[in-house]
Amino acid sequence: MKRYRSHILVCGGTACESQESREMIGKFEDELKKTGYSEEVQVVKTGCFGFCEKGPIVKIHPDHVFYVEVKPEDIEEIVKEHIIKGRIVQRLLYEEPTLEKKIEEQEKISFYHKQLRIALRNCGFINPENIEEYIAENGYLALGKVLTEMTPEEVIQTVKDSGLRGRGGGGFPTGYKWELTYRNKNDVKFIICNADEGDPGAFMDRSILEGDPHSVLEAMAIAGYAIGAEKGYIYIRAEYPLAIQRLNIAIEQAREYGFLGEKIFNSDFNFDIELKYGAGAFVCGEETALINSVEGGRGEPNAKPPFPAESGLWDKPTSVNNVETFANIPQIILKGPAWFSRVGTEGSKGTKVFALAGKVNNVGLVEVPMGITLREIIYDIGGGIRDNKKFKAVQTGGPSGGCIPEEYLDTHIDYETLKEIGSMMGSGGMIVMDEDNCMVNISKFYLEFTEDESCGKCTPCRIGNKRLHEILTRITNGRGTEEDLENLKSLGEMVKESSLCGLGQSSPNPVLSTMKYFAEEYHEHVVNKKCPAGVCSMGKKKATTIPKK
Amino acid sequence: MKETVKVTINDKEVEVPREYTILNAAVEAGIKIPTLCHLDLHDLKMVNRTASCRVCMVEVEQRPNLAPACATPVNDGMVIRTDSLRAIRARRMAVELLLSNHPTDCLICQRNLRCELQALAKELNVREIKYTGKRNKYHLDTSSQAVIKNQDKCILCRRCETACNEIQTCGILSALNRGFDTIVGPAFNLPMAETSCTYCGQCVAVCPTAALTEVFHTHKVWEELHKPDKYVVVQVAPAIRVALGELFGMEPGTIVTGKLAAALRRMGFDQVYDTEFGADVTIMEEAKELIHRLENGGRLPMLTSCCPAWVSFIEHQFPDMVDVPSTCKSPHIMFGTIAKTYLAEKMGIDPKKMVVVSVMPCVTKKAEAARTELSIDDNDNVDIVITTRELGDMLKEAGIDFDKLPDEDFDHPLGESTGAATIFGTTGGVIEAAMRTAYEWITGETLEKVDFKQLRGMKGIREATVDLKGQEIKIGIAHGLGNARQMLEDIRNGKSEFHAIEIMACPGGCIGGGGQPYHYGNDEIVKKRQEAIYKEDERKSIRKSHENPEVIKLYEEYLGEPYYGERAHNLLHTKFEAKERI
Repeated sequence: MKRYRSHILVCGGTACESQESREMIGKFEDELKKTGYSEEVQVVKTGCFGFCEKGPIVKIHPDHVFYVEVKPEDIEEIVKEHIIKGRIVQRLLYEEPTLEKKIEEQEKISFYHKQLRIALRNCGFINPENIEEYIAENGYLALGKVLTEMTPEEVIQTVKDSGLRGRGGGGFPTGYKWELTYRNKNDVKFIICNADEGDPGAFMDRSILEGDPHSVLEAMAIAGYAIGAEKGYIYIRAEYPLAIQRLNIAIEQAREYGFLGEKIFNSDFNFDIELKYGAGAFVCGEETALINSVEGGRGEPNAKPPFPAESGLWDKPTSVNNVETFANIPQIILKGPAWFSRVGTEGSKGTKVFALAGKVNNVGLVEVPMGITLREIIYDIGGGIRDNKKFKAVQTGGPSGGCIPEEYLDTHIDYETLKEIGSMMGSGGMIVMDEDNCMVNISKFYLEFTEDESCGKCTPCRIGNKRLHEILTRITNGRGTEEDLENLKSLGEMVKESSLCGLGQSSPNPVLSTMKYFAEEYHEHVVNKKCPAGVCSMGKKKATTIPKK
Repeated sequence: MKETVKVTINDKEVEVPREYTILNAAVEAGIKIPTLCHLDLHDLKMVNRTASCRVCMVEVEQRPNLAPACATPVNDGMVIRTDSLRAIRARRMAVELLLSNHPTDCLICQRNLRCELQALAKELNVREIKYTGKRNKYHLDTSSQAVIKNQDKCILCRRCETACNEIQTCGILSALNRGFDTIVGPAFNLPMAETSCTYCGQCVAVCPTAALTEVFHTHKVWEELHKPDKYVVVQVAPAIRVALGELFGMEPGTIVTGKLAAALRRMGFDQVYDTEFGADVTIMEEAKELIHRLENGGRLPMLTSCCPAWVSFIEHQFPDMVDVPSTCKSPHIMFGTIAKTYLAEKMGIDPKKMVVVSVMPCVTKKAEAARTELSIDDNDNVDIVITTRELGDMLKEAGIDFDKLPDEDFDHPLGESTGAATIFGTTGGVIEAAMRTAYEWITGETLEKVDFKQLRGMKGIREATVDLKGQEIKIGIAHGLGNARQMLEDIRNGKSEFHAIEIMACPGGCIGGGGQPYHYGNDEIVKKRQEAIYKEDERKSIRKSHENPEVIKLYEEYLGEPYYGERAHNLLHTKFEAKERI
């Protein structure tokens, strides 16, 4: 294998590619050839670095120098200055807004400083289209270990001991899920990777699949061995073309290298993976809806039990796990459950990837240890609120998460604490709002989404969410009554308690949490017909939905 | 012994089998939990467990949210409350939400006082609809001859889908669109008439509201009855006499043959006849056709063709096999043909002025009567088909006190029938009737014991061998189109060893037809109708079709030899066509 003294890592994630990072790779190569350095320096297209707002990102390895917002016209200067002369191009460095200082190394940038990367460990580091780079980072070693040294029971026990819980939203203990599927005896079982990332603004699963697809393939094979499945499906949104492309390349390479297929590592274990494309329905992230969709049926959930562990895909025992969950597995196998469970809180171990967005200075994908406070994420990693505005609320867990006010910013977040304060972990969406946001309008916005994405199967979600949205529309149009407020609350609670699946069981969270924490704002809208944040039209424009009386 | 668990419902402890749901356990404990989407037709094998209406929500200790009683299995030590304010409120709100998107024209609705949603609103004491807002409005689908789809009244219980897809395997109805705009309909929301729907009507039979109903023809019947120049004859199918009483508060399984004849006469029909006469004629033709196929190396097995939904099913789903069924027309069509030829001639009536009305337990007979290949000289064999339910409505409308009517007989000559014809109304009956005749025709001996008990029952697919003195006839029986599909696939794959197969589209046969009084999810009602059918058969003095004196006379005077006679063949047989599957 050829050795290079230095590597130019260019981000090949979706966001950076949309800003000409692909062209930049070619330009780098041309420039290196032109200057005679192509034998010494290699250009690598990596997965996402997470700091998408400052993309395209270029990192010089092993110097750890991190250039942001690089444009094709900067390439020549980077090569001539940094590569040839060893001088850092100051103007392309990231400037810490709070310190007004340029930072050279990635780790020293506050956005990365408090992060702990397990699931995203290879993203922004290796070339996802080259299996050898993954292997060089101990890739497929965990699979080898599992197949040659461990029994399925031991694998399950290891995952159970690690305390890993489902990262897709439910937070169900992964090892326990595998154990349930393992215990249901059947000649045919399935592993499904849930890559139907539906939360608007969340893109951790896409980033992992684009930046480190092999980690998911390896984990799926490990899971297949643990539960006794020979076939895995990745249910991925068709709107993720780059992830699909890289997964296809990765599957092909894994087959070629014998990590997928028959008699893997000369064992008796066979495993292969197929992609199934989702058409973008939010509810298909719910496991039974996902299974229906894979089977070719309508994407809508079934009543549980039976759980997929008992009767899943084509009525066979099936374990459905999320992309981020899988990405943790190889590390847990290699480094041991104790290594993993050292990180986190009592009930939530390891790290969680959040898609930090909204009114913060640093927007992007961050992986943090469980138990970190919201304040640390928003102020230390996120660099605080934009334009020195006042923080108002942070919404976690995607469109059906709750809005958390300032008084809870020091909460050490994990699955339980977020639930206690009226929100949830969800898949890791995190949207920060400032004083300019109207919380009534925000909850209307989210309900519009969940109302649209309801599959329409159960009454509370199908009609209840519609009615909630109608009431909120009335209130934001200045036509709300105090009775509306009562109905909003009682109906919201009923929808939450009575809906069939997680979508309806959580869709009233935004409205219920804002009614609790921002009651005054609702009161202003209804009684004084005023929107304190100045967002709602309050009847100045004609209302779009006026229910008949 | 079955494994049991102990659960506590509203402080009452009950021990129930482990596989029970909370709903089953509550029934055991004598506690009523309201349901809407849930449906379990035990022996008819249809279960709707969508758990989508959320009307049966109960509290379960240790569970943060409420649980649907219909779909939540019990476990040992479970503590359930159905009577907490939280549970009662949630259940009522679910109904309120359904009502908020439902027309409130109950007074003039087809299902008024027979609607499960309406009953539930009363039961849960719904007095206001707090959450008003947008209400969906769709076009009525009146495209078909048999079924009307009124999407506005659909509450998305999805029972029709389960019936259509799981039981009948027709795959016509499924949910379309998403969220508040979700509806149930054929793919691309095509009009029903453009699909391969068989109009079996099982969707209608299980619909809790008026979202799916038959096409109503009562007004047409009244109009014809009051036209002075029209001669209106009526015929009633076997399954009507064991079900109609239910509409007048009688016990399921009450036999009302005599009152039925009296009632029809009071309504003003010129002649009151019995489809059973047509059934006896069918046996003459079908038994002879079977013997013909057996003796001449014809296509075997031969399948019965009395059920038009089943015929439509094979035309659409197995177009390569349309030569398998018997070519016989169905009994009421045969009857109509005979009425407009033989009877009209005999009575000196212009067939164009004769109106034949069929009272059927069935929805698809409406579509069958409109099949153009069945009309002679542009004159339909049967002009109007009404269901058992429609007849009940008409009798009430006419102020006929059904209960107090005397027993009367049908008119003659087309009112005479045998027990063999009566059992046409149940699964297994047609083939048993055929065997009673085939036995005597093949062996030349008298059949002493006419009951072929091995052909009876409710099992979805049944097999039996009938010994015709050395010649063994292998019989298959299927009811429900899903079971029929299985039979047909075996035939197609060469795995079937049957000589004759009886197929009925509706679970239970015609007694469970889509036009029968609603069973509201109680399969016992259908079973009682079946018992009544066999009881009526036993009561008959003649129990073999070929011994019906009026049928014998018909053949002597008019049709000639069964199956082979020119008139018999031209008038009583038809052909089936391969059709597209949509």
